[in-house]
Amino acid sequence: MDLGLEVLFKGQNLMRLLGGLGVALQISLISVGFSIPLGILMGLCMTSQNRIGRFSLRFYLEFIRIMPQLVLLFLVFFGTTRAWGWNISGELSAVIVFTLWGTAEMGDLVRGALQSIPKHQYESAYALGMTTVQTFVSIIFPQAVRRLIPLAINLITRMIKTTSLIVMIGVVEVLKVAQQIIESNRMNSPNAAFIVYLFVFVLYFLACFPISLLARYLEKRWR
Amino acid sequence: MKLKTIVKTFATTLLAVSLTACGQSTQTAKSGTDGYRTLDEIKESGTINIGVFSDKNPFGYVDENGTYQGYDVYFARQIGEDLGVEVNFVSTEAANRIEYLQTGKVDVILANFTVTTDRAKEVDFAKPYMNVSLGVVSPDDKVITSLDDWNSEDEMIVISGTTAETYLMENYPDIKLQKYDSYANAKNALENGNAAAWTNDNTEVIAYALQNEGYTVGIPTLGSNDTIAPAVTKGNETLLNWINDEIVKLGERSFFHEAYEATLADTYGTEYEESLVVEGGKTK
Repeated sequence: MDLGLEVLFKGQNLMRLLGGLGVALQISLISVGFSIPLGILMGLCMTSQNRIGRFSLRFYLEFIRIMPQLVLLFLVFFGTTRAWGWNISGELSAVIVFTLWGTAEMGDLVRGALQSIPKHQYESAYALGMTTVQTFVSIIFPQAVRRLIPLAINLITRMIKTTSLIVMIGVVEVLKVAQQIIESNRMNSPNAAFIVYLFVFVLYFLACFPISLLARYLEKRWR
Repeated sequence: MKLKTIVKTFATTLLAVSLTACGQSTQTAKSGTDGYRTLDEIKESGTINIGVFSDKNPFGYVDENGTYQGYDVYFARQIGEDLGVEVNFVSTEAANRIEYLQTGKVDVILANFTVTTDRAKEVDFAKPYMNVSLGVVSPDDKVITSLDDWNSEDEMIVISGTTAETYLMENYPDIKLQKYDSYANAKNALENGNAAAWTNDNTEVIAYALQNEGYTVGIPTLGSNDTIAPAVTKGNETLLNWINDEIVKLGERSFFHEAYEATLADTYGTEYEESLVVEGGKTK
């Protein structure tokens, strides 16, 4: 059976697939870059004593968690045009949605990690006369970060993979390029789908695996 | 104490952002509700945004050099040429075509858009340039020739937002539907045996059965005969009138037959040419 391997190397196809991966990585990594600091801030606020602050963040988290990402993408891309006439590009809409989502989930992960640190750690630090900042910087964060890493890696790889949805707001990323290639060759190599998807799998793997490696390295180093 | 201030600043910023957002809403609401560009505005900008499919060979697809090709695209390029503007192709999916027009993110949709009364309430259709009806394709070992004695355990593949979906929901509410967002996913589902059959435009299923061994179109025409036409944002009369005139003018030189031979003949052969092509906007 003809596997249609040549389809991958026809014309610009290989470059187009890599370009599609570039789009997916760019959007997800920019969003991750925003989500991590914002998420840490949000996690800190979620553990604070302020009830109104805690409640509104809880509300924000639940809202984002309940909404499918596709709905959020439509809301930002089409909804803002309908309501206010804003013209946000597909790429920017994707970054906004992924940052909102990443911040919410990262915030909850940070909250969980902070609350998992036993109370006596805080109390001992204060008893030694450390300030709140000192306690967090030298006692709580180093422990919390180690618990956070595997969870954060999960979130980051999930964000990379969820970029396959952004085609619905007109951003052509790697999976869409793959489908375009399969479709345009459906007459001459009808079996190309398998090999093209396999290649996309390899691309996603190459994108996500280094992140897992980095996580493993950091976990060991900070043990 | 420190944490409290962080919470406070965070909350104030959020509040400020949402307030400015709301403030802006009242100011720009007007330009937003129009939501389209007139013919002159398009000409002035030098670019027309046309929504096409990027994975629907041979109507709208992208070749190995990243160039858009197909019957719809052939027409789109002619529109650009006659308007004297560049064409910016936007990759659309069946499910977001209306949304794209209503928000003015594209000026025209040329994505195999079947004219229906429901859709005509949402967008404005120009004169048609192609005929279409529905068809059902199924595997050779279990060809489906009628939907009347449907096995209640079987499922039917459709693409979300297509006429096939609405037709089946209205006329055969008992048939369980498997809905997919894109053509490529629906195709994979049929090939993986996820469902008993696939309902789509008959051009699609005829082409599919011709190219894929082991599949037969058991029902070549289902439902009423429909047409495919360009669509513009509701109320965009200048652009709509221009496209209608353009279709009539192009008909005088048999443009759509030329387009068929350049793009569709490879897939359907010339035997379907007269039944598929609508020339000059006049259906027989």
